[in-house]
Amino acid sequence: MDDLAEFKQTYFQECDELLADLEVQLTALQEGQQDDEVLHAAFRAIHSIKGGAGAFGFERLVSFAHVLETVLDAMREHKLQPDAANLAILIRANDVLADLVSAAQGAAQPPASLESEVLAALHELAGGQAEQDDAPDEFDFTPVAATLDAEEPAAAPLNAPPTRAVAIHFAPQPSMFRRANEPLLLLRELKELGTLQVVANVDKLPHLEEIEADGAYLEWRITLTTAAPRAAIDEIFEFVIDDCDLKILDESTSANDPAPPSVAAPAPANAASAAAQVAPPAIDLNEPSAIPTEPGSRAARAPQDKLAPATIRVDLERIDRLVNMVGELVITQAMISEQASRLSVDQHAALLHGVETLDLQMRELQENVMAIRAQPVKSVFSRMTRLVRELSAALGKEARLVITGEQTEVDKTVIEELADPLTHMIRNSMDHGLEPANERLAAGKPAEGVIHLAAEHRSGRIVISVGDDGRGINRPKVLQKAVEKGLVPPDAKPSDDEIDNMILLPGFSTADQVSNVSGRGVGMDVVLRKIQNMGGRVGIASTPGQGSHITLTLPLTLAVLDGMIVRVGHENYIVPITSIVESLKPRPEDTHRIAGGGEVLSIRGDYIVIVPLAELLSTPGARSNSSDGLVVVVETGANGRIGLIVDELVGQQQVVIKSLEANYCRVEGIAGATILGNGMVAMILDVDGIRTMALERHGAARPLVTARAGELRQ
Amino acid sequence: MMPKKILTVDDSKTMRDMLLATLRRAGYEVIQAEHGEDGLAKLEANGADVIITDINMPVMDGISFIKACRKRQAYAATPILTLTTESSEEKKAEGRAAGATGWIVKPFNPEKLLRVVEKVCP
Repeated sequence: MDDLAEFKQTYFQECDELLADLEVQLTALQEGQQDDEVLHAAFRAIHSIKGGAGAFGFERLVSFAHVLETVLDAMREHKLQPDAANLAILIRANDVLADLVSAAQGAAQPPASLESEVLAALHELAGGQAEQDDAPDEFDFTPVAATLDAEEPAAAPLNAPPTRAVAIHFAPQPSMFRRANEPLLLLRELKELGTLQVVANVDKLPHLEEIEADGAYLEWRITLTTAAPRAAIDEIFEFVIDDCDLKILDESTSANDPAPPSVAAPAPANAASAAAQVAPPAIDLNEPSAIPTEPGSRAARAPQDKLAPATIRVDLERIDRLVNMVGELVITQAMISEQASRLSVDQHAALLHGVETLDLQMRELQENVMAIRAQPVKSVFSRMTRLVRELSAALGKEARLVITGEQTEVDKTVIEELADPLTHMIRNSMDHGLEPANERLAAGKPAEGVIHLAAEHRSGRIVISVGDDGRGINRPKVLQKAVEKGLVPPDAKPSDDEIDNMILLPGFSTADQVSNVSGRGVGMDVVLRKIQNMGGRVGIASTPGQGSHITLTLPLTLAVLDGMIVRVGHENYIVPITSIVESLKPRPEDTHRIAGGGEVLSIRGDYIVIVPLAELLSTPGARSNSSDGLVVVVETGANGRIGLIVDELVGQQQVVIKSLEANYCRVEGIAGATILGNGMVAMILDVDGIRTMALERHGAARPLVTARAGELRQ
Repeated sequence: MMPKKILTVDDSKTMRDMLLATLRRAGYEVIQAEHGEDGLAKLEANGADVIITDINMPVMDGISFIKACRKRQAYAATPILTLTTESSEEKKAEGRAAGATGWIVKPFNPEKLLRVVEKVCP
């Protein structure tokens, strides 16, 4: 097996994060946040990409990253200014870097022309510095599998020196001990090269009470009989060469080796001769008992134990199964709770206590399981920066992407589905929304357009919005197009809102010519369908001359919600707790009929539309009158509040969302279904959808498609 | 014989994983840390016979980490190896000045890594 293959996956994952980080740092620099930490962070990101690339032998990536790194190094040492022009080059370099990473993963190689162009620019920035340390990077790596039970790596070149005696004089200085280098270990290493005769000079050893722990008092004269090349001996002393007096007299090399690595500081003049004269204690390192280094020690350590990394990668499918199982458990637990609630507290105190604990633990389990799939939206948001940059270049428009809330966490399944709709919406904003610079200036706006990409949690849902400060939706043109395409009758008099929403109709495209940026025959209807498939909604707001704002509202998870069970006639419905503001029994004098057939309720001076659920959802047996029912006031996204008329509040329960679309079909006003503790199926209300239905009914009086929720009950 | 304990400090997961795999297979016990501060905490909790640390890291870089280790009596004599991408004398000297025992030049192959560790492991 390729020993490195197992790390490549980790490396590429890491690269994705590092590239996203780098993007963030470069953007921060561009926005004038030029402190050292930002530069350091950017440097580290490139450094890490390069480090891994070297290990896997991605040469092109290594050499590009190296030059980029040199430039950033110069910047963090204040030799180079991170000004706008230089940053522009870095940002292009970042794109090339990302391409090279993709190429290393097996994607198409990026065009060499772009790479060499950017590379040339970087070289110019790096100036003399890159030239200096460009070449001598010692990538002496060859991907070799670790064969640990093998002998020493091929240490016998063809013209190996003959077996000979090498005389070594070795006198440590105190600094060597301060760096935790141990002379005994060096002797042990030397012994692996051949036979060793070691004589210690203890002349300078002071009286016991004068010895300092980190003092250097010993010297050694060593005779090594070996066939190993001189380089092998030098390598042993590699780390200590500056911390000791070292003389190596090697017959095989001394003749043509005028400067052996030696004498960092002058040794006491007579040290060597003194050592020769005094009869010192001798240690024969060839005696196995003298030093505990059995030659086979390396092989002896070769273990059986397996790799056990701190993180594991798991199939999403397995997690999905886990999430489903937990969902089923929640339902079972609700059933047990319901049964238990009928028991007498006196007789079954312990059981009831247990059920209560089970309830708490169940919630915790569920939150934890969901957290496994939660990820910040950053991973998809950061990709958009590049998109905006490329589009500005392609369209010749100046634009800047402002991102907020990129740390907002949402289920991974939701994140994956977001990339396409976001890409499409940003393309639209860039292509249709933002005006060219001259037009903007004429309208009194800054030449540079702003695209705002935001995410936030709101009432248990995630709200993602793409806004621009462009020209807004051109309503006359949209209406004209819609009529031309037969999407609306020619004599229709739609409201502004309705016109704005026409861009969501299938087959709608307003671009005069199909540009290679956004008009590809598919439009916002694809976005709408995708978002609806996830149980989300699309909202459009536009102000002519000031820009448009498209909002995607999505469930945080596609699995569970806290619900209030309400009874309407013979049916139970679930209202998401997060959308409920209050519940009240209205006084007759507070409700008013309005023109068009609707009803409003005045609450503390405000008027809200009240909706008879029974009528809207065609539920039989209900009191649809506001005066004998209850009104549940719910918040509907950004659109304000409405009141739902119900017969009874049954209770609060955590419910597992089952998709209606997957099992039946999409039903307006219904977000999904669930199974209650008593085993009955109940519909989960989509309060925004209910509001739309109610307004349509009383406003435009259009035919409504409503499905009887009861039809689903088996 | 108790396996020798090696603390690896690197902010790159790829590098940590590669060190982990190579060292584990050679019979070492490996403890991982993501930066200097994490390294000091892991050292407090687990101890180590050899420390391998990257230089460029967030929160606490390798140089500060080495200095902090050397200040602690218990780790004044623990071998510390630095991971450097450049084999430049400057980088090696920086580590040495802080008290590093030796260095490993990245990218390393497994054999070379083990040879260096073996060289300093008490």
